[in-house]
Amino acid sequence: MKLEMGTGTALRNIIGRRFGHGWKRPFSTATCDVENQHSANANTNAKSINLYSAINQALHIALETDPRAFVFGEDVSFGGVFRCTTGLADRFGKTRVFNTPLCEQGIVGFGIGLAAMGNRAIAEIQFADYIYPAFDQIVNEAAKFRYRSGNQFNCGGLTIRAPYGAVGHGGHYHSQSPEAFFCHVPGIKVVIPRSPMQAKGLLLSCIRDPNPVVFFEPKWLYRLAVGEVPEHDYMLPLSEAEVIRKGSDITLVGWGAQLSIMEQACIDAEKDGISCELIDLKTLIPWDKETVEASVRKTGRVLISHEAPVTGGFGAEISASIVERCFLRLEAPVARVCGLDTPFPLVFEPFYMPTKNKILDTIKATVNY
Amino acid sequence: MALSRIASSSSRSFNLLKPLSFAISLRRSISNDTTPMTVETSVPFISHQCEVPSRSVETNPKELLTFFRDMALMRRMEIAADSLYKAKLIRGFCHLYDGQEAVAVGMEAAITKKDCIITAYRDHCTFVGRGGSLLEVFAELMGRQAGCSRGKGGSMHFYKKDSNFYGGHGIVGAQVPLGCGLAFAQKYSKEETVTFALYGDGAANQGQLFEALNISALWDLPAILVCENNHYGMGTAEWRAAKNPAYYKRGDYVPGLKVDGMDALAVKQACKFAKERALKNGPIILEMDTYRYHGHSMSDPGSTYRTRDEISGVRQERDPIERIRKLVLSHDLATDKELKDIEKEVRKEVDDAIAQAKESPMPEPSELFTNVYVKGFGAESFGADRKEVRATLP
Repeated sequence: MKLEMGTGTALRNIIGRRFGHGWKRPFSTATCDVENQHSANANTNAKSINLYSAINQALHIALETDPRAFVFGEDVSFGGVFRCTTGLADRFGKTRVFNTPLCEQGIVGFGIGLAAMGNRAIAEIQFADYIYPAFDQIVNEAAKFRYRSGNQFNCGGLTIRAPYGAVGHGGHYHSQSPEAFFCHVPGIKVVIPRSPMQAKGLLLSCIRDPNPVVFFEPKWLYRLAVGEVPEHDYMLPLSEAEVIRKGSDITLVGWGAQLSIMEQACIDAEKDGISCELIDLKTLIPWDKETVEASVRKTGRVLISHEAPVTGGFGAEISASIVERCFLRLEAPVARVCGLDTPFPLVFEPFYMPTKNKILDTIKATVNY
Repeated sequence: MALSRIASSSSRSFNLLKPLSFAISLRRSISNDTTPMTVETSVPFISHQCEVPSRSVETNPKELLTFFRDMALMRRMEIAADSLYKAKLIRGFCHLYDGQEAVAVGMEAAITKKDCIITAYRDHCTFVGRGGSLLEVFAELMGRQAGCSRGKGGSMHFYKKDSNFYGGHGIVGAQVPLGCGLAFAQKYSKEETVTFALYGDGAANQGQLFEALNISALWDLPAILVCENNHYGMGTAEWRAAKNPAYYKRGDYVPGLKVDGMDALAVKQACKFAKERALKNGPIILEMDTYRYHGHSMSDPGSTYRTRDEISGVRQERDPIERIRKLVLSHDLATDKELKDIEKEVRKEVDDAIAQAKESPMPEPSELFTNVYVKGFGAESFGADRKEVRATLP
């Protein structure tokens, strides 16, 4: 099912206004084949569901398969503000699925302690914009626990889930993408899914991974991204990037909601005869350098795109690593099409965002360098 | 409510005998009438670690009518904002204050514009109380240039520097340590002013609040922490979030006072008491027992975690505007018609302000880059093409 495609901005504005009407996003159909091939069993029952339902399924499975798994956070009991935790409290009881007071630092610290006792603690931070009070706990406690105790203790069972990213009308404090802050911390993993099918598999991997993980969910996709998701328990590997569109002229690297914008740019670039290869990084740290490097060796050009501000964004790390590894192969400077270096604006959101046209212009500039 | 009138002029029987025109002119003089009168608060104050202020509040007809007008204005403004949001003229978030007007109005009556107020995101009425105009409110809500934050802040970020209103904060609880910092500066400058740092029952469980309390108490800062307890932190009832929902006691070594937040006169008395005390003895917590009729924000219907009966019950029993109306009518300070006229006037004012705000343009695209830093200190921005210092926008 293809939508009428305007510019990325117009599309986002339209979808933003209709937030919650469950439009199908073009890219999930385009990459559907690739996803199904990668899923554990391609021919088992799969239903068409949206992102929050996929995450909900993953949480149900996680709690079902491990009696020592807990889900907690602000308002999770009734289902959460994005409905990711519906049905969990009814099914698994109040001692395993419970609300916390409004205290992010307390929530994460508590989660670290719970995980240190060998439990799977799945903490929800209501919006990624509110994760900063917990930043000290994540960086200083969670990330360094195993290291400083000489492997005596660890909080590997900790998974922190938070909705991140622009949503069309979020303003300063409901739209931020803080992944770059966490990518600077050895000891934790940062994972960002792009679709319902990916989200379920990746979340289950994150929960079962023996390291603390921060799992950012693109809130814009909660209802809008719809895809075929197998009903059984399956996991997708962490630290493995995926080539979701093959090409030969330029490599595009991204994650989360931004991939759909990049895919539209790729399709438009195709019309101008530019063949684009699109890679979903999936895990931001530790990131899959080999896959990206192999792709850059093929194409010789790379463009990174993310919603977070360009300076110090994770694109900078990818750029530096690629230049180190592929300097002589590069035909053009590494391009980054990212958010601007301003606080995330309210009325100016369409100007701030790295839209399809900005990406398209940069693809052309890089290819014609 | 017991009443003792000290006024000697304009007695009730006198008015009934005079022709209508004279009665009307007498009414007009009453609206400027500052003859003192005393009113008892609806419920007594409850204190923690300090003395209780008197239940008898000094006021006068002019003040009561001002309370009525201001609260009616705030109520009308919030309801108009509700309609504008549903008409999609206001985007983003909109947290409405209707029901809680008595806190804003009562507080203003007890303090000066040199005292600082800082609050969270439910700030439209607090801003108006500080002297903000309706045009600035609606323009900011709609993201226009005429808004108080030039359209860049939106509903949650109203500020007014000339009357020491420090906003307008999105992150829950983050404004309280800030408020204590303001209090420190005030103490340092010896201006005999105080800071009122407002927060909600949801924020009362934030760690930073207790850090701020400890610092304020340690250094005897004139900080008054006001918990606007509307009993629901978004959708969570206070008893489900706090082991001890008696927020006025949570300061432990910091004294506290529990106030009926729906009674503007009680709020005024408490704030006056708190200001005098804070200047001498350091921080104090005021818990305003109040209620919001709307949900947490415009995306919350407000009825999934509380019954409609509860909401309408509070509206009938404790509505702040109705309380003042009854007071004014029972003491014959104005007729029912005059009060209705005030409400009509207020409605028109709000409608005019909305019309004017709609005329105001959206901010220039270049405004996206202004005020990130002070101009001239370091690069102003990196555009989408990182080679340029200022991007050319489409």
